[in-house]
Amino acid sequence: MRNKFADVIYQQGKIDERICVVVSDISPAGSIEKFRKKFPNRFINCGVAEQSMIGIASGLALEGFRPFCYTIATFALYRPFEMVRVDMCYQNLPVTVVGMGSGIIYSTLGGTHHTIEDVSIASSLPNMTVLAPCDPDEMKLATEWCAKRTKGPVYMRLGKVGEPILTKNSIEKFKFGKIRYLQKGNDVAIITYGTFMNTAIKLSKYLEEKKKKVSVISCHTLKPLDYFGIKKMLNDHDNIIVLEEHVLHGGLGMQIRNISSIEKSRSRIQHFHLKDKFIHTYGSYENLLDSHELSYSKIIRNLKL
Amino acid sequence: MLINKEFSLSKSANRCFSYRKRILEISQTVSALHAAGAFSCAEIIDLIYYGLKKEYKNYSDIFIMSKGHSCIIQYLILNDLGFLTKKDIDSYCKSRGKLGCHPDYGTPGIQASTGSLGHGMGLAVGIAHGFKIKKKKSKVFLIISDGELQEGSTWECMMMAANLKLDNLVCFLDHNGSQSFGKTKETHPMFYPIEMKVKGFNWNSYSVNGHNTKSMVQLLKKIKLNKPTMIIGNTVKGKGVSFMEHKPIWHYRSPNKDEYNFAINNLKKVIK
Repeated sequence: MRNKFADVIYQQGKIDERICVVVSDISPAGSIEKFRKKFPNRFINCGVAEQSMIGIASGLALEGFRPFCYTIATFALYRPFEMVRVDMCYQNLPVTVVGMGSGIIYSTLGGTHHTIEDVSIASSLPNMTVLAPCDPDEMKLATEWCAKRTKGPVYMRLGKVGEPILTKNSIEKFKFGKIRYLQKGNDVAIITYGTFMNTAIKLSKYLEEKKKKVSVISCHTLKPLDYFGIKKMLNDHDNIIVLEEHVLHGGLGMQIRNISSIEKSRSRIQHFHLKDKFIHTYGSYENLLDSHELSYSKIIRNLKL
Repeated sequence: MLINKEFSLSKSANRCFSYRKRILEISQTVSALHAAGAFSCAEIIDLIYYGLKKEYKNYSDIFIMSKGHSCIIQYLILNDLGFLTKKDIDSYCKSRGKLGCHPDYGTPGIQASTGSLGHGMGLAVGIAHGFKIKKKKSKVFLIISDGELQEGSTWECMMMAANLKLDNLVCFLDHNGSQSFGKTKETHPMFYPIEMKVKGFNWNSYSVNGHNTKSMVQLLKKIKLNKPTMIIGNTVKGKGVSFMEHKPIWHYRSPNKDEYNFAINNLKKVIK
């Protein structure tokens, strides 16, 4: 996702002189270097100083630019939170904060590097748009949307490296603000966002073997959430499975339950999410998911259909 | 630095007298005013608007009031310049008005939302660098409080301003040496020396009496803008009303009727 993002932003930078990249000491490896070399004025490295990254990007937006701030998700959103809130959101400026390596992908780096509550935090800010594309292709479309919009801040949650393409055979196209069916069935709907789509697809295959007709849905736009799309999903399926690499509070599952309650839906919702606990253990990404009952095997074990 | 030709010291002094008087009048209609902080930066803000800020054919200089709590003085100037109406000023902090205690982006003449300390420097650096990318000749004028110079975010962005060689950024520090807890010299002694710290960040840094417009003009005329520049204006919080000067309580409080009457009379004497 990281390299693809750098490619996309370079392409956008070529066609639109307003695109700037403001980073906080990320490694110059990868193709973000291409942007820096080609557009040295429009690339700013603030060093290990995330408050200045957001403040300066907001200043550039006040002067008509379309800045993208880019660093590891925790440092992109939490460290400069008040700058995100006041400089970006209160002033409603077209700044995109790209949080790289969100969730618990940095499994051995410890809780300081885990981003488990970002959707909730970013979504709670007025004016903020929250995106979490599920694969590099969807990320490209989401980034292009960010580059073209005229106002309003965005938080974009991205994975780390090596994500496979999952949307190649998708039956629906990416449309901002709409849930996207990658495939459609009428028994079970699996809805997720971001890199957890990999697990969702694996789970859909497992259920299909059990003769279930399964919908797989990418909820790439977490805010504004596609209320009517979700209402229809609840109407069309008896079983809903929500998967998210995020804590319960303020995540997608809670919002779907809210819509279900308002609409008096009778569909059964099963929600798999991270626990309300910091992770103090190390090991692989799978190990950490497993410790929060969120690994593929634990999901299968706890699933009731 | 070029001072606008039409700028006159005596007119500036008259305007500053009038700002203080009008602020005292407004203080009788609202409870939260931050009068003392506005009094300490009156001469500096007047100088920025009338003596420094320039309008060109296609672009103009930008001013950011980072110490947003003193924006009442900016509102009065924007009223004089035609951006805001008398009605706007009369409805300050009232339910149908559009002006609050802190400047809000989108209000005519207000170029950034401020109020939380330590945000203006980042915005100013971003705008100043934006000017560089666009090859505009405009400058960014910024005023910060000494409280804001205690925020890490201010220093982060000052480092970046020097890295980016922003010779189009001029920051005034309203150094009144007073904050909520008392005198900065006593509560936070290692805040000093300021000038040396700022120079250490590869900025130009100069100190001047921030109420003496003549001295400020003389200094500014000599300054060559070859890097980001900080003008440390040494000021008095509550300047102009004897019982308000150096007293932390006037950071936020509005005078009662008796205090107001005293202040109005006292104000005339002080300025004379």
